[in-house]
Amino acid sequence: MPKKILLISRSAPYGRSTAREALDVALAASVYDQDISILFMDDGVFQLLKNQHSELIAQKNIASILPALPLYDIDNIYIHQESLDERAIVFDDLILNDMKPLNNKDVGHLLQQQDQLLSF
Amino acid sequence: MIFSLAVYSAPYSSQASYSAYRFTVALLNQGHTLHRIFFYQDGVHNGTSLATPPQDEFNLQNAWQNLAKHYQLDLVVCISAALRRGVLNDGEAKRYNKTSYNLAQEFTISGLGQLIEAAAVSDRLISFGY
Repeated sequence: MPKKILLISRSAPYGRSTAREALDVALAASVYDQDISILFMDDGVFQLLKNQHSELIAQKNIASILPALPLYDIDNIYIHQESLDERAIVFDDLILNDMKPLNNKDVGHLLQQQDQLLSF
Repeated sequence: MIFSLAVYSAPYSSQASYSAYRFTVALLNQGHTLHRIFFYQDGVHNGTSLATPPQDEFNLQNAWQNLAKHYQLDLVVCISAALRRGVLNDGEAKRYNKTSYNLAQEFTISGLGQLIEAAAVSDRLISFGY
Protein backbone atom coordinates (compact mmCIF):
# COMPACT_ATOMS: atom_id res chain seq x y z
CA MET A 1 0.00 0.00 0.00
CA PRO A 2 1.41 3.42 -0.92
CA LYS A 3 2.49 5.61 1.95
CA LYS A 4 1.65 9.25 2.41
CA ILE A 5 4.96 11.08 2.34
CA LEU A 6 5.15 14.84 2.88
CA LEU A 7 8.21 16.79 1.85
CA ILE A 8 8.52 20.07 3.74
CA SER A 9 10.72 22.63 2.01
CA ARG A 10 11.64 25.40 4.44
CA SER A 11 14.86 26.84 3.02
CA ALA A 12 15.52 29.85 0.83
CA PRO A 13 16.33 28.93 -2.79
CA TYR A 14 19.98 30.02 -2.74
CA GLY A 15 22.74 30.44 -0.17
CA ARG A 16 22.59 26.80 0.82
CA SER A 17 22.00 23.72 -1.34
CA THR A 18 19.14 22.59 0.91
CA ALA A 19 16.26 23.82 -1.28
CA ARG A 20 17.77 22.34 -4.43
CA GLU A 21 18.43 18.99 -2.77
CA ALA A 22 14.90 18.92 -1.33
CA LEU A 23 13.56 19.38 -4.83
CA ASP A 24 15.75 16.53 -6.08
CA VAL A 25 14.09 14.28 -3.49
CA ALA A 26 10.65 15.28 -4.75
CA LEU A 27 11.58 14.49 -8.36
CA ALA A 28 13.18 11.16 -7.42
CA ALA A 29 10.13 10.15 -5.41
CA SER A 30 7.83 10.05 -8.41
CA VAL A 31 8.91 6.62 -9.67
CA TYR A 32 8.11 4.87 -6.40
CA ASP A 33 4.31 5.04 -6.60
CA GLN A 34 3.90 6.66 -3.21
CA ASP A 35 1.46 9.42 -2.30
CA ILE A 36 3.85 12.39 -2.36
CA SER A 37 2.96 15.92 -1.28
CA ILE A 38 5.13 18.98 -0.87
CA LEU A 39 4.68 21.91 1.50
CA PHE A 40 6.54 25.20 1.13
CA MET A 41 6.87 27.12 4.37
CA ASP A 42 9.16 29.54 6.23
CA ASP A 43 11.91 30.81 3.89
CA GLY A 44 10.96 28.00 1.49
CA VAL A 45 8.26 30.25 0.05
CA PHE A 46 11.00 32.40 -1.51
CA GLN A 47 11.69 29.49 -3.92
CA LEU A 48 8.41 30.26 -5.64
CA LEU A 49 9.05 33.91 -6.48
CA LYS A 50 8.92 34.95 -10.12
CA ASN A 51 11.85 36.70 -11.81
CA GLN A 52 14.74 34.84 -10.22
CA HIS A 53 18.09 35.52 -11.88
CA SER A 54 20.16 32.77 -10.36
CA GLU A 55 22.50 32.70 -13.37
CA LEU A 56 24.16 35.78 -11.86
CA ILE A 57 25.43 33.59 -9.02
CA ALA A 58 26.15 30.55 -11.23
CA GLN A 59 23.19 28.58 -9.89
CA LYS A 60 20.38 26.75 -11.64
CA ASN A 61 17.04 28.52 -11.41
CA ILE A 62 14.90 26.68 -8.87
CA ALA A 63 11.70 28.44 -9.97
CA SER A 64 12.15 27.01 -13.46
CA ILE A 65 12.06 23.44 -12.09
CA LEU A 66 9.03 23.88 -9.81
CA PRO A 67 6.39 23.95 -12.58
CA ALA A 68 7.48 20.40 -13.44
CA LEU A 69 6.31 19.01 -10.09
CA PRO A 70 2.84 17.99 -11.34
CA LEU A 71 4.52 16.13 -14.23
CA TYR A 72 6.33 14.07 -11.61
CA ASP A 73 3.04 12.96 -10.06
CA ILE A 74 3.28 15.38 -7.17
CA ASP A 75 -0.29 16.57 -7.22
CA ASN A 76 -0.59 18.07 -3.78
CA ILE A 77 1.46 21.23 -3.57
CA TYR A 78 0.79 23.26 -0.44
CA ILE A 79 1.97 26.67 0.66
CA HIS A 80 1.90 28.06 4.18
CA GLN A 81 -0.13 31.26 4.23
CA GLU A 82 1.43 32.74 7.39
CA SER A 83 4.90 32.33 5.86
CA LEU A 84 3.75 34.34 2.84
CA ASP A 85 2.14 37.01 5.04
CA GLU A 86 5.23 37.40 7.23
CA ARG A 87 7.31 38.04 4.10
CA ALA A 88 4.76 40.32 2.41
CA ILE A 89 4.47 37.93 -0.53
CA VAL A 90 1.15 37.68 -2.36
CA PHE A 91 -0.05 34.87 -4.63
CA ASP A 92 0.52 36.99 -7.75
CA ASP A 93 4.26 37.05 -6.94
CA LEU A 94 4.46 33.26 -7.23
CA ILE A 95 5.38 31.10 -10.20
CA LEU A 96 2.76 28.44 -9.40
CA ASN A 97 -0.84 29.47 -8.96
CA ASP A 98 -2.57 26.17 -8.29
CA MET A 99 -1.08 25.58 -4.85
CA LYS A 100 -3.31 25.03 -1.88
CA PRO A 101 -2.76 27.66 0.85
CA LEU A 102 -2.73 26.30 4.39
CA ASN A 103 -2.87 28.18 7.68
CA ASN A 104 -1.13 27.01 10.86
CA LYS A 105 -4.04 24.81 11.87
CA ASP A 106 -4.28 23.22 8.40
CA VAL A 107 -0.56 22.42 8.48
CA GLY A 108 -0.97 20.60 11.76
CA HIS A 109 -3.81 18.61 10.28
CA LEU A 110 -1.78 17.81 7.13
CA LEU A 111 1.18 16.55 9.17
CA GLN A 112 -1.11 14.26 11.15
CA GLN A 113 -2.32 12.57 7.98
CA GLN A 114 1.17 11.58 6.83
CA ASP A 115 3.04 8.29 7.26
CA GLN A 116 6.47 9.87 6.77
CA LEU A 117 7.86 13.41 6.84
CA LEU A 118 10.96 14.65 5.04
CA SER A 119 11.84 18.15 6.18
CA PHE A 120 14.49 20.23 4.46
CA MET B 1 9.58 -2.16 14.29
CA ILE B 2 11.39 -1.35 11.04
CA PHE B 3 13.44 1.85 11.13
CA SER B 4 15.35 3.82 8.52
CA LEU B 5 17.54 6.84 9.17
CA ALA B 6 18.34 9.86 7.03
CA VAL B 7 21.51 11.77 7.93
CA TYR B 8 21.86 15.28 6.47
CA SER B 9 24.80 16.86 8.33
CA ALA B 10 28.55 16.36 8.14
CA PRO B 11 30.25 14.45 10.94
CA TYR B 12 32.24 16.43 13.50
CA SER B 13 30.91 19.89 12.39
CA SER B 14 27.56 19.01 13.90
CA GLN B 15 26.45 16.46 16.46
CA ALA B 16 23.73 15.13 14.16
CA SER B 17 25.74 12.23 12.70
CA TYR B 18 26.94 11.11 16.12
CA SER B 19 23.37 11.27 17.41
CA ALA B 20 22.33 9.12 14.45
CA TYR B 21 25.02 6.62 15.41
CA ARG B 22 23.87 6.54 19.03
CA PHE B 23 20.27 6.13 17.91
CA THR B 24 21.29 3.25 15.63
CA VAL B 25 23.08 1.44 18.46
CA ALA B 26 20.07 1.94 20.74
CA LEU B 27 17.51 0.65 18.29
CA LEU B 28 19.59 -2.40 17.39
CA ASN B 29 20.14 -3.16 21.09
CA GLN B 30 16.38 -3.07 21.58
CA GLY B 31 15.89 -5.66 18.85
CA HIS B 32 14.40 -3.41 16.19
CA THR B 33 15.19 -3.82 12.50
CA LEU B 34 17.22 -1.19 10.67
CA HIS B 35 16.34 -1.19 6.99
CA ARG B 36 18.80 1.44 5.83
CA ILE B 37 20.79 4.54 6.75
CA PHE B 38 20.72 7.05 3.92
CA PHE B 39 23.36 9.79 3.91
CA TYR B 40 22.27 12.90 2.01
CA GLN B 41 23.43 16.52 1.66
CA ASP B 42 26.52 17.10 3.86
CA GLY B 43 25.82 13.73 5.50
CA VAL B 44 27.72 12.08 2.63
CA HIS B 45 30.95 13.07 4.39
CA ASN B 46 30.24 10.24 6.82
CA GLY B 47 31.32 7.96 3.98
CA THR B 48 34.84 9.23 3.46
CA SER B 49 37.67 6.88 4.40
CA LEU B 50 40.11 9.80 4.70
CA ALA B 51 38.77 11.44 7.87
CA THR B 52 41.57 11.31 10.43
CA PRO B 53 40.52 12.68 13.81
CA PRO B 54 43.13 12.80 16.63
CA GLN B 55 43.60 9.45 18.36
CA ASP B 56 41.97 10.59 21.60
CA GLU B 57 38.76 11.62 19.82
CA PHE B 58 35.82 9.48 18.72
CA ASN B 59 36.26 8.21 15.16
CA LEU B 60 32.73 8.21 13.79
CA GLN B 61 33.64 6.87 10.34
CA ASN B 62 35.33 3.82 11.92
CA ALA B 63 32.39 3.39 14.27
CA TRP B 64 29.94 3.27 11.35
CA GLN B 65 32.10 0.68 9.60
CA ASN B 66 32.39 -1.55 12.68
CA LEU B 67 28.66 -1.35 13.31
CA ALA B 68 27.86 -2.09 9.66
CA LYS B 69 30.15 -5.11 9.68
CA HIS B 70 28.66 -6.48 12.87
CA TYR B 71 25.00 -6.01 11.93
CA GLN B 72 25.24 -6.11 8.11
CA LEU B 73 23.83 -2.59 7.86
CA ASP B 74 22.88 -0.95 4.58
CA LEU B 75 24.81 2.34 4.64
CA VAL B 76 23.95 4.25 1.47
CA VAL B 77 25.53 7.51 0.35
CA CYS B 78 23.51 9.55 -2.16
CA ILE B 79 25.36 9.57 -5.47
CA SER B 80 24.43 13.07 -6.64
CA ALA B 81 25.22 14.64 -3.26
CA ALA B 82 28.43 12.62 -2.94
CA LEU B 83 29.86 13.39 -6.38
CA ARG B 84 29.30 17.13 -5.84
CA ARG B 85 31.16 16.93 -2.52
CA GLY B 86 34.05 14.73 -3.62
CA VAL B 87 33.03 11.40 -2.08
CA LEU B 88 33.60 8.76 -4.75
CA ASN B 89 33.84 5.00 -4.94
CA ASP B 90 36.23 3.16 -7.26
CA GLY B 91 33.73 2.93 -10.10
CA GLU B 92 32.75 6.60 -10.07
CA ALA B 93 36.40 7.66 -9.80
CA LYS B 94 37.20 5.67 -12.94
CA ARG B 95 34.13 7.00 -14.75
CA TYR B 96 35.19 10.61 -14.14
CA ASN B 97 38.92 9.99 -14.60
CA LYS B 98 39.84 10.80 -11.02
CA THR B 99 43.18 9.62 -9.66
CA SER B 100 41.74 8.21 -6.44
CA TYR B 101 38.57 7.30 -4.60
CA ASN B 102 37.67 7.67 -0.95
CA LEU B 103 34.41 5.88 -0.15
CA ALA B 104 34.92 3.82 2.99
CA GLN B 105 34.30 0.08 3.02
CA GLU B 106 30.81 -0.92 4.20
CA PHE B 107 29.30 2.15 2.47
CA THR B 108 27.65 1.97 -0.94
CA ILE B 109 26.77 4.74 -3.37
CA SER B 110 23.25 4.78 -4.79
CA GLY B 111 20.46 7.08 -5.92
CA LEU B 112 17.93 9.19 -4.05
CA GLY B 113 15.31 6.55 -4.74
CA GLN B 114 16.85 4.59 -1.88
CA LEU B 115 15.64 7.30 0.51
CA ILE B 116 12.10 7.11 -0.84
CA GLU B 117 12.13 3.31 -0.81
CA ALA B 118 13.31 3.43 2.81
CA ALA B 119 10.43 5.78 3.68
CA ALA B 120 8.00 3.46 1.92
CA VAL B 121 9.00 0.19 3.60
CA SER B 122 9.91 1.45 7.09
CA ASP B 123 7.54 2.04 9.98
CA ARG B 124 9.63 5.04 11.02
CA LEU B 125 12.01 7.28 9.09
CA ILE B 126 14.12 9.32 11.49
CA SER B 127 16.03 12.36 10.21
CA PHE B 128 19.22 13.74 11.72
CA GLY B 129 20.64 17.17 10.87
CA TYR B 130 19.45 19.63 8.27
